[in-house]
Amino acid sequence: MPMHLTEDEVDEYGRREGLWTLNFGPQHPATHTTLRLLLTVDGEEVVDAEPDIGFLHSGFEKLAEVLDFNQYVTIVDRMNYVSPMANEIAWHHAVEKLLDIELTPRCKYLRTIFAELMRIHDHLLCVGACILDLGGISAFMYANNERERIFEICERVTGQRFHTSYTRVGGLLFDVNDDAIAMLREFVQGFDKTFADMDKLITRNRIFVERTRGVGVLSKEAAISGGATGPVARASGVVRDLRRDEPYLAYADLDFDIVCSREGDCFSRYSVRMLEMLESVKIIQQALEKLPSGPIFADGTGKEFMPEKREVYQSIEGLIHHFESIMPNRQMPCEPGSLYAATESPNGELGFFLVSNGTFRPYRARTRPPSLVHFALFPQLIRGCMLSDVVAVLGSLNIIAAELDR
Amino acid sequence: MFSCEERVNELLPGRCREWSEFRGQRHLTMVREDLLPTMRVLRDSLHMNMLVDVTAVDRLEYEGAKDRFEVVYFLLNVDTSQRLIASVFLNEPELEIDSVYSLWKSADWLEREVFDMFGIRFRGHPNMKRLLLPEQFAAHPLRKDYPVQGRGERHNFPVITRASS
Repeated sequence: MPMHLTEDEVDEYGRREGLWTLNFGPQHPATHTTLRLLLTVDGEEVVDAEPDIGFLHSGFEKLAEVLDFNQYVTIVDRMNYVSPMANEIAWHHAVEKLLDIELTPRCKYLRTIFAELMRIHDHLLCVGACILDLGGISAFMYANNERERIFEICERVTGQRFHTSYTRVGGLLFDVNDDAIAMLREFVQGFDKTFADMDKLITRNRIFVERTRGVGVLSKEAAISGGATGPVARASGVVRDLRRDEPYLAYADLDFDIVCSREGDCFSRYSVRMLEMLESVKIIQQALEKLPSGPIFADGTGKEFMPEKREVYQSIEGLIHHFESIMPNRQMPCEPGSLYAATESPNGELGFFLVSNGTFRPYRARTRPPSLVHFALFPQLIRGCMLSDVVAVLGSLNIIAAELDR
Repeated sequence: MFSCEERVNELLPGRCREWSEFRGQRHLTMVREDLLPTMRVLRDSLHMNMLVDVTAVDRLEYEGAKDRFEVVYFLLNVDTSQRLIASVFLNEPELEIDSVYSLWKSADWLEREVFDMFGIRFRGHPNMKRLLLPEQFAAHPLRKDYPVQGRGERHNFPVITRASS
């Protein structure tokens, strides 16, 4: 390292001499998946960062153009794989808006419950992984313990632990049974203890607080101009939550608070996520109490929804019905037009822009991924911070590379 | 509630633009030259302070479409939750449009992605290069004339062996 250069000497690329370029990733434990950063450092201080993304690009949006509205749900599952069901709900929310379908109350409540369960799941991993990167392992284990219980609920309800592909156009794959409801109730009751354990381990942990408070500060103006949404925006003082501002599913009937903070640093992003989990628990509790009975598929007058599997295998009508709903030349028509619909996913505003040409498959399905917009903010957050802050900021933004690259 | 249309027509009179509505969403279509002035009016006078997304649609196989590319902007007023979709149609060979990076910082990566996937260039963008695909990639894969299976790019990646590195 050249030690004795004055600060105003500039090399042939216009860079200050004495600066180092440090490659971070794409295979680094703190990136969790594959993303790469080119850091320019002055000793321990990060002068600039240039993200290099696209390692997980797999052409999801191109695939959407050859799959129908029900088939594509298996792909959106794999975008933000930390909260797969939240993506499914967002996708079918957009599709149902395009097809002008009104869901049944039971379906709305079930989707709300699972959306909130996924929020808890996502936040648990984000908070746990954030402190894991900073050197604290125990909280991550407590978080993972609780995630395991969420997986069990998913397995009981959908038959899959992770990539559930649970939603269908106009309804859900299966109804939930009493076992699943009992598991949900048990989870909700037991969550307070996990929360308290994690809270004790992290919130007043001096090392954690000193490494996150005042680090990676995002101002309110920068958050709005940069398009930040979700917990990242709320931590910077943007009081905005799609669940309240543009209510969808059953959120209008439920009582919950929006957690906000003013500082905009890594610590407030952490606190917003922690407290949001408690709000989600509140929502699940209320939704379980109010859960209406009735069918899970919308009234299909003139529209062919997927029939329940039991009907398909046990009756000829069910089989015909199934055939009608999946054969490309018999599927329900869709009014041509284009529309954008968004939901509040755990990470922020997850929207889909759909262009329809009259068939049951999208002509174009654009995903608005919150991770992409948040990661674009990264260079401005890290400038002037220390090298060791890179993992703290990265962890607090909760970048999911599969959603980032799609 | 103020009417978005009236305000825009009042502040920028005599321009060619079209308003439509689909499922309760307002959609503004304008010509390319109008993009920056209209966007500035939308941001400053109508407080559309967030650019939620930028994307494009290739209407090559769309029945009845007159123009090929549509660049779509999604605007949001954070305080009132009012949304607006604005779009501009482009045709080959002039696939160039003004960048809105000077108005909203979020346009940076979103416009780069549109360039990457559709080959539409944004004038005045500070760093107009591919975002997701490698620099040497020749095609723009979200165009409709690009096959879903690809053109073999993936199989022709240069292989770096231990001996050659």
